[in-house]
Formats: sequence, structure tokens, C-alpha cells
Amino acid sequence: MTRKLPATDVVIIGLGWTGSILAHELTGAGLNVVAIERGPWRDTATDFPPAFAQDELRYHIRHDLFLRPAQQTMTFRNNVNQTALPIRAWQGFMPGNGVGGGGLHWNAQTWRFNPTDFQLKTHLTQRYGSKFLPENMTIQDWGVTYDEIEPYYDKFEYLCGTSGKAGNLNGQKQAGGNPFEGPRSREYPTPPQRQPYAAVLFAQAAKELGYFPFPQPSGNLSQAYTNPLGVTLGACTFCGFCEWFGCGNYSKASPQTTILPALIRQPNFEARTNCEVVRINLDKSGKRATGVTYIDTSDQEWEQPADLVLLCAFQLFNVQLLLTSGIGKPYNPSRNEGVIGRNYSYQVTSNVDAFFDDKNFNPFISSGSIGMCIDEFNGDNFDHGPHGFVGGGYMGAVQTGGRPILTTRTPPGTPAWGAQWKKAVADNYLSSYETMVHASSYSYRDVYCDLDPTYTDRLGRKLMRITFDFHENELKMSQYLTDRLAEVVQKMGPRQIVKLPRTGPYTSTQYQTTHTCGGAVMGTDRSISAVNRYLQSWDVPNLFVMGATAFPQNAGYNPTDTVCALAYWAADAIVNQYLKNPGPLVQT
Amino acid sequence: MRIRTLTALAFAACITGGVSLRAVGDDQSFAKIERGRYLAVAGDCSACHTVPGGKPFAGGAALETPFGALVGPNITPDVATGIGAWSEADFLRAMSEGIGKNGTRLYPAMPYPAYTKVTRDDASAIWAYLRTLEPVGNAVQSNQLLFPFNARRPATATWDLINFKPGVFEPDPAKSETWNRGAYLVEGLGHCGTCHTPKNITGGDRGDMVLQGALLQNWYAPDVTTDLRTGIGSWAVEEIVRYLKTGANSFDIASGPMAEAVENSTSHMTDADLLAIATYLKDSPPRNGPAVAALAGNDRRMVAGQAIYEDRCAACHVSSGAGAPTLFPRLAKAPLIQSDDPTSLIRVVLIGSRAGATAAAPTAPAMPAFGWNLNDAEVADVLTYIRNAWGNAAAPIQPASVATLRDRLQR
Repeated sequence: MTRKLPATDVVIIGLGWTGSILAHELTGAGLNVVAIERGPWRDTATDFPPAFAQDELRYHIRHDLFLRPAQQTMTFRNNVNQTALPIRAWQGFMPGNGVGGGGLHWNAQTWRFNPTDFQLKTHLTQRYGSKFLPENMTIQDWGVTYDEIEPYYDKFEYLCGTSGKAGNLNGQKQAGGNPFEGPRSREYPTPPQRQPYAAVLFAQAAKELGYFPFPQPSGNLSQAYTNPLGVTLGACTFCGFCEWFGCGNYSKASPQTTILPALIRQPNFEARTNCEVVRINLDKSGKRATGVTYIDTSDQEWEQPADLVLLCAFQLFNVQLLLTSGIGKPYNPSRNEGVIGRNYSYQVTSNVDAFFDDKNFNPFISSGSIGMCIDEFNGDNFDHGPHGFVGGGYMGAVQTGGRPILTTRTPPGTPAWGAQWKKAVADNYLSSYETMVHASSYSYRDVYCDLDPTYTDRLGRKLMRITFDFHENELKMSQYLTDRLAEVVQKMGPRQIVKLPRTGPYTSTQYQTTHTCGGAVMGTDRSISAVNRYLQSWDVPNLFVMGATAFPQNAGYNPTDTVCALAYWAADAIVNQYLKNPGPLVQT
Repeated sequence: MRIRTLTALAFAACITGGVSLRAVGDDQSFAKIERGRYLAVAGDCSACHTVPGGKPFAGGAALETPFGALVGPNITPDVATGIGAWSEADFLRAMSEGIGKNGTRLYPAMPYPAYTKVTRDDASAIWAYLRTLEPVGNAVQSNQLLFPFNARRPATATWDLINFKPGVFEPDPAKSETWNRGAYLVEGLGHCGTCHTPKNITGGDRGDMVLQGALLQNWYAPDVTTDLRTGIGSWAVEEIVRYLKTGANSFDIASGPMAEAVENSTSHMTDADLLAIATYLKDSPPRNGPAVAALAGNDRRMVAGQAIYEDRCAACHVSSGAGAPTLFPRLAKAPLIQSDDPTSLIRVVLIGSRAGATAAAPTAPAMPAFGWNLNDAEVADVLTYIRNAWGNAAAPIQPASVATLRDRLQR
């Protein structure tokens, strides 16, 4: 039997980055906030102190910080003609679990999207004509502009203490930064991290080719920083354990190191951990959320009534919860109708490995977001006309940690195990380097999420089904970008390079990134978006949906900065508009 | 949060008082109650009289002393289990003489040797405030001492004879008003010496060693005289104020019992009172302990300790021992690091520690435990190193001291 709890003003589903940001902003506005989190409370001091945090076996191989597929998973297929099968072990992407969510185990690559990314459809159509886009591509504008969310990017970066070098301050180009970025209202809060040898060599080579290299913006801090909430972060020690790890040194920006210490002091905030929301409840009209129902670890069901529901879980689970709660019209690809599950997108990454004879890169010296990049081939920073594809990405000598088990590059032809493999690892460990391209993933009519007809979870709910594959546009883009990167790497003077452009079909059994996006996208036209420009549900105005869920397509950058800027943007709209006059913030 | 509740209670009580015509002249003036609330915070009464998370002033957690445990009694106005049956005169006598209702002699865990200095006016305000608390029925067995100390009267009468000089604080006309306010707070209500002054064999303060550092509950409350090596001689007045206000300054971060004192008491005090405390402390004579020479860098323990330090400690405290302000305490030229008694140092290496959190400095960073992967000799070596590197100088740590504390902490 479901037990009903006293009502609260706001219930937040998921206490990661967006949940923490919203909870802090709304408790600050005087509202009573209850956050319900599927996983455990996680805390730097007790869960990953530096005395044992750097344990690749525990955290990377055995997924200590991640969701267990037995608790929740989804099915996957490449196209509508296949039967989807459940993902039984996380390999392609890694859904986090517990307080901090993805913000705990991320690399802290803290990128803003380009101004044109937010008006992608309009921009590309104007520049190249509508016939230039593939027929079934469903990219669209976001409904917000870069200029509108710039203050919120700034707010998030100053929360984190992000280390970097501005390339554009209020329209003035700045030497040493990214000349292609949108205008920033001020410099990064802290200077860039010091760069390792390979990144320095890459930057030299890129300059010689006429490019403008710049340091990757990083949430692994170059120096100690106290943020506006009074929370202090330390300087990164380059230990190399960022991605899939919690930072024991208080130097990687995460909800734990930036916001939770202030949030937990708020008397009007409460977190319920190890509690999984199973549905958002609606009243009889179906147009108002009455709260949520969740289960605790004993499978006891609880109903938490609330005036305002904020869906702040990971992108995939946001979409799933909307589908299982019957909110919004599910997307139907054959009729190209409906909005929940529509415009799922990902990220198109590729690599160039380089093997040198005379270099020592000390690859164990690393942070999760370190290296030198170029942005000449991102977004629409270059003329796509001659190339026959749209999209792009940043590229560079970028390291995402220095984990010893994962850093075992060997030249092609090396056996996969045994004495020769060991010798090749030993010979190449210090003198090889992986460079990478991090590129956009645009949306398509036949790429989406819906409920699986066959498989159910432990509670009998239908699993969500992902239908995704790379399309020709993205594969062409990947080939082109990887070739450009290889030219720079070649200039660094390696003995051998190995180009690894992304090829299809997409496989969920090889790790690429955890940047799953879309499924309840934002926009100005409710027939093709699930939420309005303030991330408010068109169908249920007292429900807001956060996260990369709102991305109509993914740009050639890591998503977190944009995810959190949008969370601050939405929080501002809730506090300054919605609370004064609860109801739709955009009329249709 | 708790303070806010108390204010609300006090305020509610005041309104009730205002409605009835009895209000005038019977201690129900808001100003007096509010002053009493502030003084109760400044005196950190809740440290002993409130269980963490429990009803305010309804009885505290056990205070472990060498003579057995004492528990702060229920001082809410509950008649049966609190001090609801007390009169104001009873309360004033308890504060100034250590004698409770019906002549019961209090144990000096109630710091009446300090509270005797509190003015009658201030004590009366505290009383007025305590009367506004929610009466909570909670019977507390206060005296859990061992024989013969549990025999209240002979024990305390004798103790008072040796250790107790009753009398209200006498201002020093030669000093400033700020200094005198500081002296009043430090020696009286703040009862700093209860933790920071070494004790004689009976547990009374050693008058010749005021605030020179003392051991309690497996923590060492450090020297807070102006000694340059082990005290706060190198801390500017503003740094002391910042430490008391936020729990952290350029040198150090409060943890252990001092973190509680900052969280519950000093962080809620006015800047003027904190400035007064700092002014007084900075004017106190240094301890003038014996000069200590640093161990040679090539001493076996220093070499071994440095290797451990670089591997285990330097990521946060950095190789130069500089730390990071408000996050990782500074070790170089740090008073606590060079304390005569290394108990706190050994303790935090063995079992870790979490710093306090205040609104101004909410980070609450933690020192991880190393007791599970450093043996006694390694802990001793690394501590000997930090006590003698970067201009520090202090006696080396013996592995036996580590073993003893490890054993005590595991009990």
C-alpha cells in the first residue's frame, strides 16, 4: 500500500548537477524542497578520500559509482527493423547513480556551445539552403539564444571555478583563447591548467599549420578557489583519476565540491537517498502534476505530493519517466508525430593514436580535462559547402585521466595478450599518445526512444528502448575531422600514426561517451518539442525537465556546461516568473 | 537551524508574555531574553546540555573525564526533570558558587570556576532566556563518576577548597574596554580554560599555566597563548577573529571539539565580541616553553617521514607544507603541529577528522584516515617529519605513543 507523505513545495527527482542547482536556487527563494535520489548519499570525505580513491579496478572496471543494470537498464537496437535487446552491462555509456550523479564521475570538460549551435536549423538553412541537409535530419532551433544564456554559463563556471583562457571577451578576441567561441562577459575564474608535454607539442604543430590552439577549459582546477557560495576547492594534483572516479582532493568541480556543502545547511532542504521515483503523478485532468511516487529499499511505496515537480535525473531516465508517467505524446517515427523520445542524439568521437621513438610523455600526469585544442572544425566554424556534410567538433591532444589499466596503447599488429603484448605496452607506454575529436551528433527521424514492447524491469515497468545509429552525414564528418587531426599529429613527428575515424554501425558495447541527449527537447513549437524555452513541460506546466534531455541535437562539445547553464536559466524563470504566476510561461 | 528555532521560541514566549498583563517587570522583556539567548550561545551551554540533534537544553551527551563520565543535566523549565522548580536565586547561586537548588554541590564539569566571573545581570538574562524554553521531560543521570568521586559532597567540597575562587570579574582599569570585554568572555562565560588550561591532579586549572594547552577526550586543546612556536603569537588579531567566526583562517581549520565550539558558539557571536577575545588573547603572555631544536634532515626518521609525506600527504598539504587556506591546513610553522602533546596529530592521522562548517565557510573538508595502511612506526615517522620540517621544531613522536592512542581510540 502506498503511504502518503505531507505535501512539500517542490520535489526534485535526482540529486546530480541540475537537481543540486535547482534545490539551491529554490530553497534560497524560500521554498521547501525535497530531493529524491535513486542512489546513495556520496561524500568526498567518506566515499572517495585520496587514501583509496585512485583505484581503477574498483571504480573503472567494477563500476563502483554506477547504476547496476539489475536495478534499471534499457534495450537497444540500431534501427527499426531490429529487435532490441536489454543492455546487461554498461559499456557504451555509463549512467551514474547516487548523489552528484554524472557530476561526480565526469572529466569536468567545461565547454560552452557556439552561438550558432542554438539556432542550428535556421543558421544552416540560411547559409547552405534547406536542400543541403539530409532529408530525414530533424535538427531544430533551441528557442534560446547564446546571448540569453551567457549569464547562466558564467554563473555555473564561477560556481565551479573553471580553469581556462577566454578567446572572446565582450566581442574582443583574446590571444591564447578559443577565437571561435561566443562572447564571454568576463575571463574564466581561474587560469588554465599547466599543460603536459604532448599537449605543448600539439599546440606547436597546430600553430605551424595556421590554427589557433588553446587550453581545454577544465573543472579540474589550476589553483585553489572559493566560489560565491563560500565553498573552497583545491588545486588539481594531476593524479589522473577523474573520469569514472570521485575526486578525493576537492579539486574537480562536482555538486559535492561546489554546492552541496551550502545546500545541506538550508533548513528547508531535505534529501531522500536510495529512493527511486517510479512515476510522476497527475491529477484527473492530466495537466497538473500532483507529486511523485517512489519506492524505498524495502520496495515500500511512498507518495510525495508537491506543487512543483522538477525532473532532474540523467537524460535517459528523464525520458523513461515521462513515458512511463504518460506525460506528453510519445514519439511515433512512422508518422513523425509526438514529442517524448523524439530527437535522441549522442556524440561522434574519433581518435588518432601516435607512436614516437624519442619522446617521454609521462602519461600518468593528467587530469580529466587537460590538453590543447583547436576549434577550426567545430559547428559551422568552417565552410561545409564543399564537403557535403554538416556538423563538426573540437580536436586536440586531450587527456581524460591517466588510468594505468586503460593506458595500454600498442601499435597495430600487436597481439591482444601474452608476452609480446606486455613488451609492446612497456615499449610504448611513455612514448605514445592518443589525440581525439569530439564532434556533434545531429538528430534524425529514425533515431529515438520509446517503451520496449517485450522487456520489463524488476517492478514490471516496460524498459525504455533506444533506436540509434550513426548516419552518413556523421560518418563523413568523422572521416574529414579525423583526417584534419591526423595532419596536425603528423607534424608532431611520430614514428607511426593510427587514424581511427568513427565507423558504423554504432555499438553499445564499446565506450565512446556518456553524452546521450534529447528525447524531451526544448523549443518554441510544441508539435516538435516537449518543453518550452524555460524547460517547462508544454503539457504539465508545473513540471520542468532538466538536463541534456532538452538538447534538440548535440553540438561538438561536452554537454555539462550547457546542461547547467540551462538549469540556472530555468531556475531564474521559476523564481522570477513562475512563482509569481504559476502556469505556462509561454502561451500557445 | 537550532539557533533559529530558539529565537523563534524566545520570540513566541515574548509574544505570550506581552499578551498577559504580568509581562512588565517579570523578566519577560524581549531585549533581556534575547540578550540571555546570545549569552547562552556565547557560553556554549548547548555543548554539554544538548544532545546533538536533540531537544535544546534537555540534557547532553556524556563528558568523559579521568574520574568517570558526567552528563549535562536537563536545564529546560520542566519541573520534574529540568530546573522548572528552581528560582532565579537558585540559578544565580549555581553560576557563581557551584551550588544548586537545596544546596547540592555541582561537579566542576559545570564550569562555575569560570562562570563565577559572569555578572549578575548577565546570569539573570540567561535565566530569563532559559525560562522561555520548551519544558522537556527527560530525566538525566548526571553523575556517572567512579567511586570515590561519585560521593558528591566530600569530593566537591574538597575540590572547591583547592581549586575554586568565587567572585565576579574585576575589570582592569589600565586596559581598554575591548580588552576587558575579551578578558570577561575568555575567563568567564566563554570558559576557554576549561579545555585549554592544563589541569592539576584533581582536575582543577593550573593557575600558572593558563591557556597553555591541555588534553581531553583524546584531543589536545592547543596552547592559545602568544607563544610564537606553539601558540597563536604569529596570528594577527583579524586571523583569530576569522577563525572564531568562520572556523577557518589562513593557517588552520577547526576540527574536533573546537569545530563544535565554533559551530555552536563563536560563529554566532558579534564581531565586536570576537575582536575583544582576540585582543585579549593577543595581549596574554607567551608560554615561554623551553627552546626546541629541529631534528636534522638526515635523521633516519626524517628521511623515512619525508618519503611517506610526499606519497600520502603532499597532494593536499603540498610539499612545502603550505596547505591551501580554508581547505587543507597549513603545516609549516603551524602551532598545533609543534604542540608538546601530539595527541591530536596522531589521532587525525589514525582515524581522520572532519573540519567544522559554518555559513561563511561551509566546505567541511576532511582528513582521511591512514590508520589502516600506516603502521605505528610510519605514523610516528611522518609526524616527526612534519614537526621538524619547514622551520618547525618539536620532539619526535615515539611509535609507542601511536600504539597507545590507537589502542585507546579502538576501545
